[in-house]
Amino acid sequence: MSLQKLSLVELHKKFKAGEVTATEIARAYFLRISQVEPKVKAFVTQAKEAALAQAEALDRKLKAWRKTNPLTGMPLAIKDNICTEGVLTTCSSRMLQNFVPPYDATVIAKLRAQEYMLLGKTNLDEFAMGSSTENSAFGPSRNPWNLHCVPGGSSGGSAAAVAAEECVAALGSDTGGSIRQPAAFCGVVGLKPTYGLVSRYGLVAFASSLDQIGPITRDVADAAFLLQAIAGHDPMDSTSVDRPVPDYMKALQKRDLRALKIGVPVEFFTEGVDPDVEQAVRAAIEELRHLGAEVKEIRLPSTDAAVAVYYVIATAEASSNLARFDGVKFGFRAKETKDLLEFYMKTRQEGFGPEVKRRIMLGTYVLSAGYYDAYYGKAQAVRTLVCQDFVTAFKEVDLIVTPATPTPAFKLGEKSEDPLQMYLSDIFTISVNLAGLPAIALPCGFSKTGLPIGLQLIGRAFEEETLLRAAHAYEQSTHWRLKKPMLR
Amino acid sequence: MEITQQDVEKVAQLARLAVSAAEKETFAKQLTQILAHVDTLNQYDTTGIEPTATVMGQVNVFREDFVCPSLSSEKALANAPEREADGFVVPKILEER
Ligand SMILES: NC(=O)CC[C@H](N)C(=O)O
Repeated sequence: MSLQKLSLVELHKKFKAGEVTATEIARAYFLRISQVEPKVKAFVTQAKEAALAQAEALDRKLKAWRKTNPLTGMPLAIKDNICTEGVLTTCSSRMLQNFVPPYDATVIAKLRAQEYMLLGKTNLDEFAMGSSTENSAFGPSRNPWNLHCVPGGSSGGSAAAVAAEECVAALGSDTGGSIRQPAAFCGVVGLKPTYGLVSRYGLVAFASSLDQIGPITRDVADAAFLLQAIAGHDPMDSTSVDRPVPDYMKALQKRDLRALKIGVPVEFFTEGVDPDVEQAVRAAIEELRHLGAEVKEIRLPSTDAAVAVYYVIATAEASSNLARFDGVKFGFRAKETKDLLEFYMKTRQEGFGPEVKRRIMLGTYVLSAGYYDAYYGKAQAVRTLVCQDFVTAFKEVDLIVTPATPTPAFKLGEKSEDPLQMYLSDIFTISVNLAGLPAIALPCGFSKTGLPIGLQLIGRAFEEETLLRAAHAYEQSTHWRLKKPMLR
Repeated sequence: MEITQQDVEKVAQLARLAVSAAEKETFAKQLTQILAHVDTLNQYDTTGIEPTATVMGQVNVFREDFVCPSLSSEKALANAPEREADGFVVPKILEER
């Protein structure tokens, strides 16, 4: 069996046992990348030479003394908005096209301490703003299940790379669904951790009250395995929470879902949902019932407000976060400007793409004098209502189950001219970020046209163990993960 | 609320973003459309509801004030769009009289 067929947990076991070398792993993956990358276009930067050199050094060292960490030699891809010291980090933007971070994000420092192998940096919608990777300054990535379809976004490169077996697992970031939606579109697993579980230090900020880094993997066990490596308190991120990190792999052992109550929110099953998606998700809910869970209908009455709340709050925060791109100390700088004002204005005009500009404009507008209360204040108050819906629901149930997206992957170009339509396609993932909850997307079937369909499970804050356990039990009782894309 | 091209110009100025004539037109249209959707929030009664800025609860995070390693000036300057010796080159800010 070829190496790139193995899951992260399987590859780790083989590597730990000395049945495969780091050099073999690196060679196998870069061969695979060279074969499929021209079709998928998942990467912005590949780190072939560094990875091969590191692998050789690692093999030499391990010959003398075989001691491995869980991620030693494991070939990962990292979303290109997470800082990697010495390796380009572009955010798929012209603004950062030549930016080489002088430091590692905390998650990267943790992976590096475990001697992971960086294969490359993956494509995203510019500054993580989008749902398709079509907003990348370097061109879109493709969906491995149908190359005419988008892989989702903004972590579309990471999800496509995992689905196409160009890496064993990847990291993405999720502000309004950017891990879960591409995972659903590409038929892989994506986990957005509770806000505060994983450090955001070194993640290029989009909307600081919503952003979280998380794993995109082939199966649920891999997500647990990778989460273990990146979770935990970090003094460099004042919103990261100081509490012990549980053993997530151990949480998977209990398969029986009896005693678990799972809620089905009626608001997530409306006319807008594709019939194939509805059917697959309803069948998945039946399966959860078979596994012993008690399933009941619940209400999340403010669901319809989520997209509007998000596009006020996320853009407001973005307009402030992106003020740092001024052409002074790093990043793009416009040429031949006559004074300081023009220097700023042209640098930002030429450095940012259309979606980023639209968001900066919207965010600046909702924060501006005279509109602050009507828009920003109102959105923050409705955000409270969205949070309260979940508080009420979680008094009755332990988990909530929904479709991850209303439709399977859409065609390239289908929504790119209509920003509001694109925004509305995130309707099922956004409220989770507003409330800071953990949620996972995993495969639950295929559409008639052969595209993957994603199930979303939402948990209480910091109850990733329950979330992963239920997702794992469902996954192991179905066979969706065994089907692989044809790259056509 | 209708966003006019003048509004776009004003906001662009606040955001230090130059916009072309074509951009002014599209942004005015698109922002009007998006804000019309945002206006649906007015259906929600929020009297007496506290705003949420962060889900973590607002606690101050303190630490001891100690000296620790920081970026060397060489590293800090490595991404400079333009540098001279140990500094970033920037346009002149004060006008000559
Ligand atoms: N980074 C994200 O989670 C993006 C979410 C959403 N698609 C947006 O465009 O903002």
